Amino acid sequence: MGRIFTTDHRALGVLYLYLALAAVAVGTVLSLLMRVHRVWPNAVIPFFGVMKPEDYLALVTMHGTLMIFFVLTTAPQSGFANLVLPEQIGARGMAFPRINAAAFWLTAVAFLVLISAAHITSGGAPISGWTSYPPLSALPAAGPGQGLGMDLWLVSIGVFCIAAWLSAANMLATILGERRAGMTWTRLPMTVWAWLVASILTLLAFAVLLAAVVLLFSDRHFGSSFFIPMGDMINGRVVGHGDGSPLLWLHLFWFFGHPEVYIAVLPGMGLATSLFANFTRRRVAGYRMMAGMLVAIGLLGLAVWGHHMFVSGMNPYAGTAFAMVTMAIAVPSTVEVIGWLATLWGGGLRLQTPMLFALGFLSFFIAGGLTGPLLAQPALDAYLHNTFFVVAHFHLIMAMAGVFSVFAGIYYWFPLITGRMMNETLGKLHFWISLIAAYGTFLPMHFAGLAGEPRHYDRLMGPATSFPSLIPVERGITFSALLLATAQLLFLWNVFSSAHRGRRAEANPWQATTLEWAGGAERGRIERGPYEYELPLSGNGFHPQWETASKEE
Amino acid sequence: MLAAYSLLEAARVAWMPPDGALRGPIVDRLMFWNLAALCILAVVAHVWIAFAMLRRRPAGKSFPDILRWSLLAGFCVMYVWMALTAQRLWASSRFAGASLTAMQVEVVGEQFQWYFRYPGADEVFGTTRPPLVNAAAGNPLGIDPRDAHGSDDIVSSTLVLPAGREVDMRLRSLDVIHGFFIPGMRIKENTVPGLVLHIHFTPVVTGTYPILCSQVCGMGHARMQARLVVVSPTDFQAWMARRERARAKEQGQ
Amino acid sequence: MPATFTRNQVEIERKDPGIGGKPPVDRRPTGGGGDGDNWDNHPRGRGGPRELLIRYRLGVLFALAGDLMFFVALVSAFFVRQSTGHFDIHDNFINDWRPLAVPPILWLNTAVLLLSGLTMETARRQLFHEIDVMEEWLGLGRPAVKRAAPWLVATLSLGLMFLAGQWVAWEQLVREGYAFISPDPSSHFFYLITGIHGLHLLLGILALAGALVGLFTLKKVEFRQVAVDSVAWYWHTMGLFWIFLFVLLVFFQ
Repeated sequence: MGRIFTTDHRALGVLYLYLALAAVAVGTVLSLLMRVHRVWPNAVIPFFGVMKPEDYLALVTMHGTLMIFFVLTTAPQSGFANLVLPEQIGARGMAFPRINAAAFWLTAVAFLVLISAAHITSGGAPISGWTSYPPLSALPAAGPGQGLGMDLWLVSIGVFCIAAWLSAANMLATILGERRAGMTWTRLPMTVWAWLVASILTLLAFAVLLAAVVLLFSDRHFGSSFFIPMGDMINGRVVGHGDGSPLLWLHLFWFFGHPEVYIAVLPGMGLATSLFANFTRRRVAGYRMMAGMLVAIGLLGLAVWGHHMFVSGMNPYAGTAFAMVTMAIAVPSTVEVIGWLATLWGGGLRLQTPMLFALGFLSFFIAGGLTGPLLAQPALDAYLHNTFFVVAHFHLIMAMAGVFSVFAGIYYWFPLITGRMMNETLGKLHFWISLIAAYGTFLPMHFAGLAGEPRHYDRLMGPATSFPSLIPVERGITFSALLLATAQLLFLWNVFSSAHRGRRAEANPWQATTLEWAGGAERGRIERGPYEYELPLSGNGFHPQWETASKEE
Repeated sequence: MLAAYSLLEAARVAWMPPDGALRGPIVDRLMFWNLAALCILAVVAHVWIAFAMLRRRPAGKSFPDILRWSLLAGFCVMYVWMALTAQRLWASSRFAGASLTAMQVEVVGEQFQWYFRYPGADEVFGTTRPPLVNAAAGNPLGIDPRDAHGSDDIVSSTLVLPAGREVDMRLRSLDVIHGFFIPGMRIKENTVPGLVLHIHFTPVVTGTYPILCSQVCGMGHARMQARLVVVSPTDFQAWMARRERARAKEQGQ
Repeated sequence: MPATFTRNQVEIERKDPGIGGKPPVDRRPTGGGGDGDNWDNHPRGRGGPRELLIRYRLGVLFALAGDLMFFVALVSAFFVRQSTGHFDIHDNFINDWRPLAVPPILWLNTAVLLLSGLTMETARRQLFHEIDVMEEWLGLGRPAVKRAAPWLVATLSLGLMFLAGQWVAWEQLVREGYAFISPDPSSHFFYLITGIHGLHLLLGILALAGALVGLFTLKKVEFRQVAVDSVAWYWHTMGLFWIFLFVLLVFFQ
């Protein structure tokens, strides 16, 4: 029993990664079902039958919820931080190991509740999307799956919020209080800065989501009208008796929703900086700037939520205000990208698999991030909002960049967890196929969006004149998606076979400087910065952070 | 292979559908220049990465700081340009209301149907009450029979508009949030129950334009489509006259 | 009696302070630790005698920060709900918020909670009183515990009185016709706000009870200090939250 309810942070990190793996497997299968349906709408799904429109929307809802919450908020943040954060700051362990463990188990419970929403209810899973706008999500009669399925979704998310709160409080207490002597702010690895900012965002954002979920639950069961307006009707019956505001949900949700996407991508940004330093053998030029930009992105990220609501009934002046702040947040992101590109510029890269995935992260970050300033302009967003252009944007910058950062982390830290290396050939194959298939999946979506194709349509039908010509595009996307999913089998095979039969790793296989690679080295005071790599011309020397600084320096 | 094919197909097929609004060309131009700039930057960045990957022998010096700052400055200039040009367009189309001579049309979204209401000769919409909504009885919007202004309202499931005249759309929803989206007119705004929102535009090119629902509203979301038919002013008068005669006959019964 | 007392290398390095070392004492007005020497011979590399206290204070701080955001979200919903309304058929803006008169017992409850804050702080300070802590650390009885325990019991009783008073307030409201499941928004908010705060306070009371038990069962004086200190900061924060919420309910409807 003690082994299952372990409080060892390394074991918890691995458990989080397993949970994320389960979630991403389910989420991927759901997305493949969606894609197949779009291209062959009358196909008979084994064990299921023909997909109805509400089934498609249920798939969309569950896919989004699983991927965003249970993959991108757990793996890069809780998963990896539990694996290496205490070591990276020279601490003995997390500040509150039992709270940390409780957070994991609550997350697991939330996952099970969410899965049950699709299976144990007669109506099925909810169909209102991961954003669950009321009144659609507030009125059980508004659609199939909006009854018990929606309630279970709310319970799952509520439990997840509490788990996230506990996890973030633990992480912040650890980063602020458990650093070893000499581990000053400017000696922190960039991953720690990223986890710090992401934890602050988690603390602030999930609390607001929890409040929104509580209010929505109250609307559904206690006769309140926080979100249901007066005179609201469903199926010919008047159900709205109080003066609620659906826009209130949008504000509360997106106040959470925007920081959430930064929580998903910031750890990847920190990891990219670390990996670029490691595999170019160069110090991070402008370390303070890079760390400061992570903080700036986090802070600004709390002020831009309205850009999801430009055409949702918000005051147009507010739209302008949010547009300006959103454009401003492009600046620190640009500084980060320029920093990475500058680090890479000199060449001489060690193109091992973790580095390849870090480069892939950069590629997706740029491709997806560049459409951000476009969508930040309300006049253009008025056309592109809720079209496939937005789907392309967030899948590139959040899903693909985020997932590639998780891959990079797994390939990188695999020797630390298992003492063995993952297979390089399989890794490189995995990388290239995934990269190309991902672009093949998501780049054409930009064009579909420009053609006006809206989101959440289970099939293209009706008088829209451009839709028939989009069908070949859809087919291409589906085939790329199938290829992308299949390529992940290479990864799974690599992980599980290398764990048993992989080449044994030496002590610091990547010749890294950060403390998690110190092994059993001396636990003295920290005297070095996090990325003291020597420029290649003066040899391949480097000074790990656990080395003492010699007097000559 | 298939990926490349779909990309090329996409590029050939998909630009925005032909626009028929007065402000349409401005939006299209802005979209084009934004996309062009961003595409070029994306390609340059990837060439940079590829070059770095191929460069086997590492350079001695690091990337000069002055170049980093210049790059950043360049990007900031681009962001400011983007923000300002778009802001001008946004302000001109959203900050001010429609002109006082604009035609008024009400758009009501309901699961899963769009209704369009014209105020009729008195140019005033009749009041509506939710308990009176009864599509089967011919009153899908719940127009109150006690209100005289409502007796000349015309409700249609097709939006017919005369070319060249500004129209102020009054957006409402009966049940859940829907999204009123006319790609050809480059406009989109959610219809929110409990709120009455306004959006205005001027159709200029005659033709038929799809109207789509852009906010997931339930299982019929994909089917919730309508048509905007832009006709010449004389054709519009003729259509209105036909509808008024039909309504009069209905009321006369 | 041992023949020699030659200290080996390790002992000399450990700087055994013997009986003259200092236990963890909070000399600063708001709590603190002793000086930095290794009074209990713990392994080097730790953060000092106040390490545990700082760690728990940080944890409580961040957990409460998240909690604060939760209340902020509820309060903002409160303000939005007060101002939303709809237009009736005569175009009058109807707002259904009828300010709820707060049951007078709430004033008494507030006084009780403030008083409990005083008793809580007194209890907390007893645990950092230098002489008493020194005696506990030396194993000469538990004067700090003896001094603190009654104040903790007092806080516990006052906390229970507060909750009982809140329950009475709820009963009064129900008797007047404002149940939780009703269409009246201001009563909804009243129950929501006082209920969620009450739930937090209940958790605080359970934590208090736990700290009280811990005073007598925990082995190290340091652990006893941390237990009471953490509960004390939580309690003060809940008191502070209540003041804000109370002012909101009384003056800002």
